[in-house]
Amino acid sequence: MKRLAYFPGCAMKDQARPDEAGTLHALALLGYEIAEIPRWNCCGTVYSLAQDDLMRHVGPVRNLLRVQGMGEKRVLALCAMCYGTLARSARFVQEPERLARINAFLDTEEDFRGGIGVVHLLTLLRDEVGYEKLPSHVKQSLNGLKVATYYGCMLLRPREFAVDDPDRPEVMERVLEALGAVPVPFPERTECCGAYLTVGRKDIVEERVGRILRSARGGGADLVVTTCPLCQFNLTERRPPEAPPLPVLYLGQVLGWAFGADEPTIAALLVGQPTPGEPVSSGGAR
Amino acid sequence: MASELDLSRDRLDAPFARRVEELSGENPYACYQCGKCSAGCPFADYMDALPNQVLRLVQLGDESALALSAPWVCASCLACAVRCPKGVDIAKTMEALRILALRKGISPAPAGIDRPYPQIALVGAYRKLTP
Ligand code: SF4
Ligand code: SF4
Ligand code: SF4
Ligand code: SF4
Repeated sequence: MKRLAYFPGCAMKDQARPDEAGTLHALALLGYEIAEIPRWNCCGTVYSLAQDDLMRHVGPVRNLLRVQGMGEKRVLALCAMCYGTLARSARFVQEPERLARINAFLDTEEDFRGGIGVVHLLTLLRDEVGYEKLPSHVKQSLNGLKVATYYGCMLLRPREFAVDDPDRPEVMERVLEALGAVPVPFPERTECCGAYLTVGRKDIVEERVGRILRSARGGGADLVVTTCPLCQFNLTERRPPEAPPLPVLYLGQVLGWAFGADEPTIAALLVGQPTPGEPVSSGGAR
Repeated sequence: MASELDLSRDRLDAPFARRVEELSGENPYACYQCGKCSAGCPFADYMDALPNQVLRLVQLGDESALALSAPWVCASCLACAVRCPKGVDIAKTMEALRILALRKGISPAPAGIDRPYPQIALVGAYRKLTP
């Protein structure tokens, strides 16, 4: 068993519970001992882009400090926004003067020394587990289910923290292929859904979401897969009436199901799917 | 007779531009106004000035940039940042304008709340919309 520190973030304990459940099920089978970091706090969701705003790094840094306290060198995040915020803050406070100021402010027994890496589930599966290892754990194949892989923003931008090529990512497609799904062409997969604008400018988010869902359906998708709880909310709750009502599931949810976890949503989607060996239909409207 | 055209570089070294540079860490004068950022911004249709125009106002030291709604429509998606041929991260410039507007108390941030919303969005919004 390989120990891996894990930062859940609030969404994994609430709206995105199926993502956490599926991921933990799968990672256990892949030989990981997942250690949730003690007394974690919200990372703040959005990374502060200002140079003089150290206050907004306190949240992420406290979490990194707890990882240090566990004697670990890296931490796993599932939520795309947690990943982005933690990874970027970790880099920002690497600079000695900033690190000294934030430590003075935090006033904890132990100073944060920096040097904690942040990994996302996708890069873990690609770089450490390896795509080729996944099929041997598949208990129920996704059986040709057509998936639209929605990356959104935080997994791919900025470039220094991208989990893959920001313009031509393939990591999510490769993982889902290994589970038996068929990724469809999806031109809007890297376009922002509007993120937190959903709180005050629902109108904008609805227009974005309409475009994204039409793009997914245009490629023939049966479902959309994402790693971001905010994308998931926007793509479902802010769907304009005329846009296709595609189910939007978390990557961990799909992974866990394929590895044998109980997941009613996917089971329902697979009803009426062709059995292995039969040709997969050409998609289009259902 | 045509009036004299002032091409002096001094006009392009406004204190406001320097303040924005300080806050954002991005040099506004690196931008050569190609417009690529605006062409790819998914939210440009909703902005009262396009991203490159916002940057132009900053270059000119024009503080009216603080009253624009564009920075509040910007979702920090960083599409512009990964595409700019000059390596300008406009999302950071937008953040600097939001922060200056908030600190000066002239924030044109959206005031309403659309329910329901998930906690992740609320945390994001209050981090962006409060000083
Ligand atoms: S980014 Fe989200 S899910 Fe992550 S901890 Fe913060 S608010 Fe919660
Ligand atoms: S697509 Fe939307 S919610 Fe998702 S990461 Fe981007 S901003 Fe986030
Ligand atoms: S893409 Fe870059 S150089 Fe071109 S207008 Fe935008 S900020 Fe300026
Ligand atoms: S970061 Fe802001 S300005 Fe840049 S593309 Fe996204 S929404 Fe537009």
